[in-house]
Amino acid sequence: MLSKRLIACLDVRNGKLAKSIRFVNTKDIGDPVESARKYYDEGLDELVFYDITASSDKRDIMIDVVDKVASQVFIPFSVGGGLRTVEDARKVLLAGAEKVNYNTAAVENPGIITDASRAFGAQCVVLSMDVRSVQKSDALPSGYEIVVHGGRMPMNIDAIQWAARGEELGAGELVVNSIDADGTKAGYELNLTRAIAERVNIPVIASGGGGKPEHLYDVLTAGKADAALVASILHYGEYTIREIKEYLHDRGLKMRMSF
Amino acid sequence: MTAIIDYNAGNLTSVKRALDYLGISCVITPDRNDVLAAERILFPGVGHAGTSMQILRERGLDTALREAYSAGTPILGICLGTQIILSHSDEGDTSCVGLIDGDCPRFAVQNNSLKIPHMGWDGISIKRDHPLLRHVTENDEFYFVHSYYPRPGREEDIIAECEYEALFPAVIGCKNLFATQFHPEKSGRAGLELLKNFCAWDGAE
Repeated sequence: MLSKRLIACLDVRNGKLAKSIRFVNTKDIGDPVESARKYYDEGLDELVFYDITASSDKRDIMIDVVDKVASQVFIPFSVGGGLRTVEDARKVLLAGAEKVNYNTAAVENPGIITDASRAFGAQCVVLSMDVRSVQKSDALPSGYEIVVHGGRMPMNIDAIQWAARGEELGAGELVVNSIDADGTKAGYELNLTRAIAERVNIPVIASGGGGKPEHLYDVLTAGKADAALVASILHYGEYTIREIKEYLHDRGLKMRMSF
Repeated sequence: MTAIIDYNAGNLTSVKRALDYLGISCVITPDRNDVLAAERILFPGVGHAGTSMQILRERGLDTALREAYSAGTPILGICLGTQIILSHSDEGDTSCVGLIDGDCPRFAVQNNSLKIPHMGWDGISIKRDHPLLRHVTENDEFYFVHSYYPRPGREEDIIAECEYEALFPAVIGCKNLFATQFHPEKSGRAGLELLKNFCAWDGAE
């Protein structure tokens, strides 16, 4: 039986590690390669890098980060942010990433998911979605809406329907990020995560709101997620990977404990 | 020199990076002569069985693999490489390299909550000791990504198993051939240990 995965998310801007709260007030907090190496040594299961570099001419810095990480970190990792085409994805995969993440680009051009899935296999393609809670309506029957461009632009697309569509298009995995919960450390959006996990037959990674190990337990059980993404609680040293994993293991979840 | 077989499959550079990290010299090559001259052969890969077999045949790499296997060269198969060293794969109903007898069926899980591919970290139960499993224990987990699994014809060719609803072979091998369904190059310390063991292996069980 598969273990539940603990995934760390590293936002990277101009080659530096950054962390945002509710998608604003980003600040630089270190070197992504060093952090990745440290988390790998401590027993992390997987990494996600989001390139939040604003200017596209600096994107090659990210390829350099990917290459450095892949040369010393031997667990799977994915890269997202700013990927627009299959060629962008190919560069990242050749630099050593296991998977690519599409978010805004997939909403604007859903065919990119299918194209990347055909080119590299569904297991390489992660559909990442930023979701906010809204009033239920005809267009948004679940009351969850897709938002793009780093949380700035609501799309009037229902999140649960978009998740199902993503699977049909060929995504191999989903990252479900709650904008409402992001950075609050008050717990994951359990209803949203569960609704999507029950709808699709591909792994679901819960993101946004993880503030303590108990929150991870909740989203991996009641929230039905296959993996939980954490960021600031690791980056700021509030919990170690071992503490989180031991907590989850002690509460009966299958976790990778030998590393 | 360790040769990593290049047949346009994904993931070749990941294996090379792991060997580079371990300080083991290796070359990624599409040339059958390099494969035949190699001290040991790594046969990794992610991709489709049918497409991959076609490229292997075009490059004469399928026969090179068979010759190297007969000559006793240590061979390590990984993921797709492990599946297509068997005689047949259900993926695209493909006739494969056939170093050992067996086939490669798709997972047929009954339980709807089990997802395909089998993707993530999972443990293995070791059925028999092997030099490549030195310093690897049953507490270790490995990174899997696959929808098909290797099923050797002979029970004794199964070295370790994993469970996904039912038991399936996760490590297979015979003589100078050792092959894992999981990705040692993405499996942290335990995976690197296995790669290190392979690069010190003379091919004897």
